[in-house]
Amino acid sequence: MAILNSKIPEGQLSEKWINYKDKQDLVNPANKRKLDIIVVGTGLAGAAAAASFGELGFNVKALCYQDSARRAHSIAAQGGINAAKNYPNDGDSIYRLFYDTVKGGDYRSREANVYRLAEVSNQIIDQCVAQGVPFARDYGGLLDNRSFGGALVSRTFYARGQTGQQLLLGAYSALGRQVQKGTVKMYPRTELMDIVVIDGRARGVVVRNLVTGEIESHFGHAVVLGTGGYGNVFFLSTNAMGSNGSAAWKAYKKGAFFGNPSFVQIHPTCIPVHGEFQSKLTLMSESLRNDGRIWVPKHKADAEKIRAEQLRPEDLSEENRDYYLERRYPAFGNLVPRDVASRAAKERCDAGFGVETGKAVYLDFKHAIERLGRDTIEARYGNLFQMYEKITDQNPYETPMMIYPAIHYTMGGLWVDYELQTTIPGLFAAGEANFSDHGANRLGASALMQGLADGYFVLPYTIQNYLADQINVPRISTDNKAFKDAEQSIKAQLKKLMDIKGKQSVDSLHKKLGLAMWDYVGMARNAEGLKKGIAKIKEIREEFWKDVRIPGNTDTINLELEKANRLADFLEMGELMARDALNREESCGGHYREEFKTPEGEALRNDKNFMYVAAWEHKEKGDPKLHKEPLVYENIEVKQRNYK
Amino acid sequence: MSESKKGLNLTLKVWRQDSAKAKGRFESYDVPNISPDSSFLEMMDVLNEQLINKGKAPVAFDHDCREGICGMCSLYINGRAHGPDDDITTCQLHMRKFEDGETITIEPWRSNGFPVIKDLIVDRTAFDQILEAGGFVSISTGGIPDANAIPIPKEDADEAMDAASCIGCGACVATCKNSSAMLFVSAKVSQLALLPQGKVEASRRARAMVAKMDELGFGNCTNTGACEVECPKGISVSHIARLNREFLCASLKQ
Ligand SMILES: Cc1cc2nc3c(=O)[nH]c(=O)nc-3n(C[C@H](O)[C@H](O)[C@H](O)COP(=O)(O)OP(=O)(O)OC[C@H]3O[C@@H](n4cnc5c(N)ncnc54)[C@H](O)[C@@H]3O)c2cc1C
Ligand code: SF4
Ligand code: FES
Repeated sequence: MAILNSKIPEGQLSEKWINYKDKQDLVNPANKRKLDIIVVGTGLAGAAAAASFGELGFNVKALCYQDSARRAHSIAAQGGINAAKNYPNDGDSIYRLFYDTVKGGDYRSREANVYRLAEVSNQIIDQCVAQGVPFARDYGGLLDNRSFGGALVSRTFYARGQTGQQLLLGAYSALGRQVQKGTVKMYPRTELMDIVVIDGRARGVVVRNLVTGEIESHFGHAVVLGTGGYGNVFFLSTNAMGSNGSAAWKAYKKGAFFGNPSFVQIHPTCIPVHGEFQSKLTLMSESLRNDGRIWVPKHKADAEKIRAEQLRPEDLSEENRDYYLERRYPAFGNLVPRDVASRAAKERCDAGFGVETGKAVYLDFKHAIERLGRDTIEARYGNLFQMYEKITDQNPYETPMMIYPAIHYTMGGLWVDYELQTTIPGLFAAGEANFSDHGANRLGASALMQGLADGYFVLPYTIQNYLADQINVPRISTDNKAFKDAEQSIKAQLKKLMDIKGKQSVDSLHKKLGLAMWDYVGMARNAEGLKKGIAKIKEIREEFWKDVRIPGNTDTINLELEKANRLADFLEMGELMARDALNREESCGGHYREEFKTPEGEALRNDKNFMYVAAWEHKEKGDPKLHKEPLVYENIEVKQRNYK
Repeated sequence: MSESKKGLNLTLKVWRQDSAKAKGRFESYDVPNISPDSSFLEMMDVLNEQLINKGKAPVAFDHDCREGICGMCSLYINGRAHGPDDDITTCQLHMRKFEDGETITIEPWRSNGFPVIKDLIVDRTAFDQILEAGGFVSISTGGIPDANAIPIPKEDADEAMDAASCIGCGACVATCKNSSAMLFVSAKVSQLALLPQGKVEASRRARAMVAKMDELGFGNCTNTGACEVECPKGISVSHIARLNREFLCASLKQ
């Protein structure tokens, strides 16, 4: 398929990135000043990229929808960040991190990209420590590590339960330093509305100032999207309320291909849903699975008693508990990858062994507290326990936590080549917004690693390879017709939304979409359901465009309008996700098709027909077109994933 | 369990203000049958759903992560920043802390440094400006020695982490009778001064950040300690003492 060129460099796997850097074009220091880069998003990927571009001397404009760059959703990551430092001397290496990531992703990611990720992982830790990120240390003063799912080594660096916060604040401080120097200009409370493409290249963006409502244009020689994931298409997820897929969707509609849209990660350890007004789901970090043991009652009768509040879980004796992960996967036990753990929880609950509302399982620290003492557990997870207690009013030191799987992360995203460039020249995508390194399932603590790798260590090189021949391109005025047309069509779209004046609130429609997505495009999918899902999504989309009610005006802060805008895109995106899931007639990683499973119920891949990245092209008329990027594994033996 | 609990009927007295320039006022709303297990912001969602259904403008308030870490939520509830519970943000506050029939007063942060821009939303970009003035270590990407090259005593790393937990919410400023941003500034100064990587520039940083804070119209710290009490992350006023030491060093060197 000639149209998709992944631009993987020549040479041995371990030499590809070195070869690339040796041969790529660079921009001379005096010319960098003449080049403008727009960075949309200031999460780990965007902030790291914008800061690094500024340090190199480019002219950068960075924007985010929150009131400060520091509040991007990366801030919420709890557990940690992987790197192949092998400080514990437990057998880790760049190759092993690469291997675990490809295997964890169920052999649906690109070898060369993942290897590069593992390669730069060590530099990330060095960089963050130098910025003053207070990672956890041992009494000798050296950095401490913990284990995450899908790995047999301890390679996860962490800052209490606030790793994402600390890494983001590090990147934000580097960004602030550039803002003060004048190389980066920050635009908070600013939403991307469209990407402007002139003569086939990305040349800028149109944005909405969320305070004044003004529609403004910005020119850039290149545009980078670090806008995060689209898990909120499900309404309830662990993402922030404002997380959205709109930037990626706008890019898609302008010609960027969308990679593996159906690959969504469902996290096994989230606090269960409590009621109909629930607005989001809270994650309990995967790190808890280091010491917590997951179980449900062995007998249905006990599960029923617990649900009826006639029996307390702490009173159920050991022999009447089913530690089902330890039973099914003795090698990895409670630390199996997320997709496996989530499905196992659903299986037990569907079979009638769930607790509380029937959609919950236990995560128990009783044995860990007996073994290590309450103080140690408090030092490790104190803030998570506090968070749990504030939400549920239950004390996890005394009674087991209750957890259930929830939508958490999107492996799918804009298709990018080795340079992180989309199929629109000059438009790059980084972090969760691209589809790259995690295949069909992401391992814990690898998203932070990827965001920072993309931002600090990949884009600052690859973008220069693109910009090197752009130095003679003069800045295009935003009075140019392409910008003006884009502004006009956005104003028209906003007016159209405001004029609907229907009866339903944005949230009530979003909840309907979320429910349809969860029922038909969720943890277990099948052809019939996916077809129903597509029809249902179309129905809700029509309802939205006929009946949504958005109070207020466009020329002021209007939170309902912001939400409506994002929902309009989710309503289209959900359909593409379902189509992609329908096309992929196999089970792999987080994508589980009930028709394709082993006799034990494990995911069953079909490598012969589906060892490819599905890259979807938008068509103005008719259905989106599927392009396939075949995946070739030369350095790793492709196996059935086995965590037993 | 949640079904068995009785819903709360509440009256909300909410600050409404159309824009930065407009004059604000309180408006009262009744919200019936709120589950004690729902969060405060979910209760606000219910209020807004009710207003939208009546064709009225919903109440604008800041929020994003809804799990106490982004620092975006910022409500002044019954006279307390982040409401009547300790060590949490507004989004972590749950309705079980309120009584049936209660009237709840909801206001934005009030401080010269944080002008109201709509209803309960204030402009906190002053905090970004203070950090841009010096809240960083002056290094660029790449060319960095191994992360374990300098061992750091665990106690120092832990204390730096305590300080680094600040979420930049601004509750300290909203609580302080002088509208001082000292707790916020000291948290960053202290975090970086405790680590060898940040120590090098510690006094210069303290001077630059305090100067910016003064310039932006935040008041002086008179050591009332109110900020520490309301800080959702338990940032200790001991960091203000460390800032003062660094600041003194800076003045002596000048
Ligand atoms: C609760 C939680 C815990 C997690 N824990 C871990 C962990 O322990 N380890 C790990 O490796 N990963 C973890 N992850 C995943 C990881 O945090 C994210 O994948 C990663 O931080 C994403 O970073 P990002 O830079 O791509 O995007 P984000 O941090 O989401 O940033 C997106 C940016 O884009 C901006 N933006 C978005 N849309 C628009 C728009 N339309 N217009 C303008 N700006 C826009 C936003 O303002 C923001 O600045 C966790 C995720 C969650 C939700
Ligand atoms: S010091 Fe505390 S109250 Fe002040 S901004 Fe930081 S977290 Fe908020
Ligand atoms: S909404 Fe993020 S801290 Fe409250």
